[in-house]
Amino acid sequence: MATVGYIEPERERAAPWTLTGTLHDWLVTVDHKRLGLMYIASALIFFVIAGAMAAAMRAQLAFPNGTLIPPAVFNRLFTMHGTSMVFLVGMPFLAGLANYLVPLMIGARDMAFPRLNAFGFWIFLFGGVLLYFSYIGGEGLAGHGTAPDVGWFAYSPLTEHAFSRGTSTDYWILSILLTGIGSISSAINVIATTLSMRCEGMTLERMPLFVWLMLVVSGMILIALPPLSAAQIMLLLDRYLGARFFVPEAGGSAVLWQHFFWIFGHPEVYILMLPGFACASEIIPVFSRKPMFGRAAMIGASVSIGFISMGVWAHHMFSVGMTSGANTFFVVSTMLVGIPTGIKIFNWLATMYGGRIRFATPMLFCIAFLFQFLVAGLTGIMLAAAPFDWQLTDSYFVVAHFHYVLLGGLLFTLFAAIYYWFPKATGRMLDETLGKWHFWLLVVGFHLTFDTLHFAGTLGMPRRIYTYPAGRGWEEINLIASIGVIVQGAAVLCFVWNVVRSLGHGEPAGDDPWDAWTLEWATSSPPPEYNFVTVPEVRSSRPLWDLKHPDDPDWKYE
Amino acid sequence: MTGDVLHAIGNIFRPASPPADSIYSLAMLVLAVCLAIFLSVAGVLTYTIIRFRRRPGEADREPPQVYGSNQIEIAWTVIPVLIVVVLSMATARVTSEIQNKKPPEGAVHATVIGHQWWWEIRYPALGIVTANELHVPLSTAAQPRPTFIRLESADVAHSFWVPLLAGKTDAIPNHPNSMWIEPRVEGTFLGNCAEFCGLQHANMLLRVVVQPADAFARWVDSERLTARHDHQGERVFMSLSCINCHAVSGTRAAGTFGPDLSHLMSRQTLGAGLFPNTPENLRRWIREPQAMKPGNLMPNMQLDDRQLDQVHGYLSSLR
Amino acid sequence: MSEAWTLPDRGRIGVICLIVTESALFAIFVVAYLAYLGASRSGPQPKDVLELPLWATACLLSSSLTIVFAERALHRKRSGAFMAWLVVTAALAIEFLRWTAFEWRRLIVVDHLTIATNLFGTTFYSLVGLHASHVIVGVVLFAIVIGVGLRGRSMLDQARRFQFLAWYWHFVDAVWVVVFSVVYVVGR
Repeated sequence: MATVGYIEPERERAAPWTLTGTLHDWLVTVDHKRLGLMYIASALIFFVIAGAMAAAMRAQLAFPNGTLIPPAVFNRLFTMHGTSMVFLVGMPFLAGLANYLVPLMIGARDMAFPRLNAFGFWIFLFGGVLLYFSYIGGEGLAGHGTAPDVGWFAYSPLTEHAFSRGTSTDYWILSILLTGIGSISSAINVIATTLSMRCEGMTLERMPLFVWLMLVVSGMILIALPPLSAAQIMLLLDRYLGARFFVPEAGGSAVLWQHFFWIFGHPEVYILMLPGFACASEIIPVFSRKPMFGRAAMIGASVSIGFISMGVWAHHMFSVGMTSGANTFFVVSTMLVGIPTGIKIFNWLATMYGGRIRFATPMLFCIAFLFQFLVAGLTGIMLAAAPFDWQLTDSYFVVAHFHYVLLGGLLFTLFAAIYYWFPKATGRMLDETLGKWHFWLLVVGFHLTFDTLHFAGTLGMPRRIYTYPAGRGWEEINLIASIGVIVQGAAVLCFVWNVVRSLGHGEPAGDDPWDAWTLEWATSSPPPEYNFVTVPEVRSSRPLWDLKHPDDPDWKYE
Repeated sequence: MTGDVLHAIGNIFRPASPPADSIYSLAMLVLAVCLAIFLSVAGVLTYTIIRFRRRPGEADREPPQVYGSNQIEIAWTVIPVLIVVVLSMATARVTSEIQNKKPPEGAVHATVIGHQWWWEIRYPALGIVTANELHVPLSTAAQPRPTFIRLESADVAHSFWVPLLAGKTDAIPNHPNSMWIEPRVEGTFLGNCAEFCGLQHANMLLRVVVQPADAFARWVDSERLTARHDHQGERVFMSLSCINCHAVSGTRAAGTFGPDLSHLMSRQTLGAGLFPNTPENLRRWIREPQAMKPGNLMPNMQLDDRQLDQVHGYLSSLR
Repeated sequence: MSEAWTLPDRGRIGVICLIVTESALFAIFVVAYLAYLGASRSGPQPKDVLELPLWATACLLSSSLTIVFAERALHRKRSGAFMAWLVVTAALAIEFLRWTAFEWRRLIVVDHLTIATNLFGTTFYSLVGLHASHVIVGVVLFAIVIGVGLRGRSMLDQARRFQFLAWYWHFVDAVWVVVFSVVYVVGR
């Protein structure tokens, strides 16, 4: 299916611009670039909303015996914050990046199934809106709760009708079932595109690491999302048809829900993080001016992470009462998955070593990612040691750990990606000065909040509590953590202002502002609808390096 | 009420009982290894970004393009594998040591049943039923006396966590769990429910009261006594619907939905650790539990002042 | 680039991905069935009420054969034979569904086993029902192909797409083999 491209007929440009015309075009589009941008824009909007929820929670927790937010509201806040961040920010962001970049990086005209792409986006958006509709549509216990309030992992039997009356939990179930269908659709599309739409010369070995990682992520989505959907269908059957899946009185097992959830949930966090690795693997080489060190090892490590991460789920359940043998199995598998992950960090380091590092904003975010993800991985090793986990799990230590992974790791690489590919998508550069303000404010705010919260955990503070008494040693830590949120908020404001301003007045970017090496930089910024007029010759994993350095091309060495 | 030391700060690195002790030792090993890894990797990263930053005048020259090295890849795979082997073995040993300990002769056996949002505590062998405070004997080198705790739940998943004494173990309906503690320090240890269990999860607090052998024996004896029977308010209490949820030994009140009240006055707190057990707080609780712990499963009983006085007086007599 | 640049067919990849993901979904319901085997505290047990569905299984598995015949006819450009075999396939599937419906009616009305009765009921109806819903989807797709064919549209250039439908159908039958073994053989 590889096409070399063709010239668009001129008649399209004669039509005058109208608002309804433009809205219509975006509504019916099947163009992977537009859908990719729509995914990312939606993700950023939900990010701001869910971030505001976090700010509210931290305001409540800044002081002991807080009275700012009552327990019912607080419980909804942490449920909606977690659910939104995972399913309405993380997943669509990675779908948006994959859908935008994969065809460009492999020299294709669009995704394998453009209409499926559009379907996936709109069903995700519908699911997201449905979740938030619960605020006005649902009815919880005695008119109490409207939005779901059972935590983002919705343990049973708390989610059974007896303990979660009304429809708030059902909004959680239905909206996530829908977004799950969207994610699976996107995954099928990425796999089919990667395998069937590569341009001539683009063998699997020569695909950019970004594409490789998105392929692995998509394979994981195919296998890891259905367990969640299955468990949710079972819960729905329990709640509405009187089924007994998780009903203790009938012999149902609360632990079975946990198994099914985490069989999804653990791979899910790798599904979220691997796209971050994908972005870092593109950005770090370009700003170090060296190819990725150990490409084959990186691909191998990524695939291993994909497989091993399917076998570690019960490390979320160390305190549930499994046998010491079962616990030990998961200790070993969890520590094992740290090995390929560590290898990746070493390879990124080796890429930078001996290079000529340029500290543009995308690279700043990637460097911070490396430090922070290292820490996150190490606290993960601590949590993998089951007895240590018996103290740390369900405490603020775990909260700090996973925010280190998702905020310190993933979000930093996503910001790096935005600064790196915004010029390609819009034709304009983001401002470097504002970018540095954004970066440094985020670093300071992030560390203020999440470094300290580790210690709240080691001092015995459990998670998901709407308040705490004085005298437990938690006051100063919580106050500092809450102050950090203000700084992070300022960082996000900088970012939003940067985007808004640069869309209108940013410096023009040209085709290849970063002097990069993958195919997306071989077309205009933004690319035309058909992506490439002609696709460059692909004889190595860095086709543009070969073009720019005909005396020293990669294909001599690969 | 025991007037001894309150251990309010649950620092997991200041353990007071063997399971927490073993966890502390394992934690020290893991932390040491992680610190070593962090210092070396972060050290190289820091060195790299300083040493290999692009200097002015270099902008047009590309550095040597290095594609990789099999030897280096193998080296930095083998070392992590060795680290994982060491850590797994240490972890497996401590896991087994804690989970597979068998109760010796003379161990105290308690059953803790999680409810939304309080703890039911039973000592089956001793015939004691109480709530929210787990009394256990102090364990000394001369006289080791562990307490083995069976964890159950009457409704949703809860988790029993007293950081200074042991790691947390979940209390899950239809899935009994077992844990043990052997405190070597006297006093009252604070803990929390550590599994989100609904509206008042934050206020489902725990106390473990560790007493020397003689004080523990005295506590057991007084808890085993039938509840006191000499207050006139008892008639009023028995005529109200309180008895549908609460039990008082030796009376018609045999409800199991709420905490047993037989020796209410022997407890330090009310509302599952939320308020000190003072006459004022007790009166407010009886009058308006919803104002003190909103959403808890004891409704406001709408008592008039006379009934309130009688019930308050009666409950205050239940030492 | 001296060799021809060939890539797998994207439709095939798509259907394979779909089958993989559906397998993961079914696997969880099978795990739930196995986890709860023997755990029902009351109510009818599998060996009391389940009969081996030999006729239904024969229908469904032979429909996998008839759809192969249909595909072959399509490849040989014999659209009459293609339509005939497709109708036979659909009829076999419908007979499977009819048998299931009668079985469920007996279980509910005579044996008093519903999805709410006990863990056996819950896991039985959800697993078998999930499979049956996939059979229904297959029948609907057959009906569409038959309908489009009857309206005169030639099917001869749709061989590639029909293969995807056939693969889906083989998957549904393979799932039945698993369900049959777990529920009616192992479980009883």
